[in-house]
Amino acid sequence: MDVAVLGASMTPFGTREPWVRELATDAAIACLDDAGVDPSALDHLYLSNMASGEFEGQTGVMNAVAHDIGAVPAYTQRVGQTSASGGAGLYAAWQSIASGASELTLLVGAEKMTQQSTGEAGDVIASLTHPAEYAHGVTLPSFAGLTARTYLERYDAPRESLAHVAVKNHQNARRNPDAQFQKDLDIETAMSSPVVAEPLRLYDYCPLTDGSAALLFCPVSVAREYTDEFVVLSGVGGATDTHVVHERDDPTWMSAVANSGRQAFEMAGCGPADIDVAELHDMVTLLEILQLEAFGFAERGEGWRFAVNGTTALDGSLPVNPSGGLKARGHPLGATGVAQAVEIYRQLLGKVDGRQVDAERGLTCNVGGFGNCVTSAVLEVAE
Amino acid sequence: MTERASSTDRDVEHHQLLAHGCQNDHFTVPGHPRCPACGEPQEKTLDLTKKTGIVKTWTRVAATPPGVREPNTLAIVEFALEVDTVSMLGGTIEQVSLGEQVRPVYIDTLRDADESVRQGANQSWGGFRFEPVSPDE
Ligand SMILES: [Zn+2]
Repeated sequence: MDVAVLGASMTPFGTREPWVRELATDAAIACLDDAGVDPSALDHLYLSNMASGEFEGQTGVMNAVAHDIGAVPAYTQRVGQTSASGGAGLYAAWQSIASGASELTLLVGAEKMTQQSTGEAGDVIASLTHPAEYAHGVTLPSFAGLTARTYLERYDAPRESLAHVAVKNHQNARRNPDAQFQKDLDIETAMSSPVVAEPLRLYDYCPLTDGSAALLFCPVSVAREYTDEFVVLSGVGGATDTHVVHERDDPTWMSAVANSGRQAFEMAGCGPADIDVAELHDMVTLLEILQLEAFGFAERGEGWRFAVNGTTALDGSLPVNPSGGLKARGHPLGATGVAQAVEIYRQLLGKVDGRQVDAERGLTCNVGGFGNCVTSAVLEVAE
Repeated sequence: MTERASSTDRDVEHHQLLAHGCQNDHFTVPGHPRCPACGEPQEKTLDLTKKTGIVKTWTRVAATPPGVREPNTLAIVEFALEVDTVSMLGGTIEQVSLGEQVRPVYIDTLRDADESVRQGANQSWGGFRFEPVSPDE
């Protein structure tokens, strides 16, 4: 059964007062309103969230949302796949409709993080690592530092090429009122910001973020009963890489991105050349580059050129992260994969102000850990 | 250590740096219940405790979680085996550089588990950091 996306919403990303239950509820209601659908019609409700128990001592959020929005007795389930929970939720929502188990599915992603210090939040996220890694005090930003040194050395890529990714995504975020960062960044500022994990600096990394986003799904066959404005979730894929990062043959090759992308492209009957716009998982600038290579947009060792030469700019041949990406829209873990698809949905329907690109088919990629588990999705305009 | 301890915990308990391998000579550090490459049980070990390795990459982390030294220098070090290589992540005792030869040094407490999100009893907290092997050795 082909799967349609009927509606979308996101709450402003940044430092927010509401906690995860309310963030999720706000996005859920806004999404149902966007599609003009009554909550009592929902069959399934998925909540993508990484760590509300660890971040704020709140569990069972999916049930709370079902009750608070009037969706009882809909089936509900939390979807957890660390920082790829949102993308995994997209996969779960697709499965629910494609299998015929649900005729109307709401997916909500939410996370509340900013009440914690960078160190505390970093430790919650680092708790996904193997004991042999965790004992050393490793964080996700540390893996990025280790991998960036290898990439820059091996491919003789200039350090500035990473800063170009950050500058581009800040420029895009300034056109997105829901983005966390609303200020331009220049190369000099990025290059002189404090070191986080050599050779990477503060502006290579995404911030801590609170926020939520939601999407509504139904079979394509009944979509027109709700609206004429919908998009098709034509391909999804998901894959894992090693849990222990140093056991990979080549840490600069994101095999789970490549594998999940291959599945999504195959299901959608298209390839990288058919993608007009992409929302990639730029938790750190380097990852946007590595994903361009793993999906086959760029040759290995050449992805760094794309932000430098404008290929991935809003007016380039492949706009990447028009929303501002994780880097500048912000990265509320469980909400991110959902927000990526919200951006593509709006881009495909021509509903974006100030950063609209010309696109008929878009790609999302949500990464858990340091490429440990990845989901990819292809969305396209309805025929 | 309880009988449920993982191979990682047992290695730490014995202050040993062991690569764990299957019958097809695929080795990993840490060990796994089944070989990630071929699915066979890992039933042999190679002792790397007295060996030296090469720094493949390193970083110096300025912002660390509670209970972790700051800054925290980390490296991925590769050991040459008879038929293959095996890599591992570890802290470094002093600054290292790409390609430098280093040796493992056992450290009792790598971070303060009382301050970590992970429960203290969940895993071992000792392990190996690396120090450069001086040229005249
Ligand atoms: Zn094997």
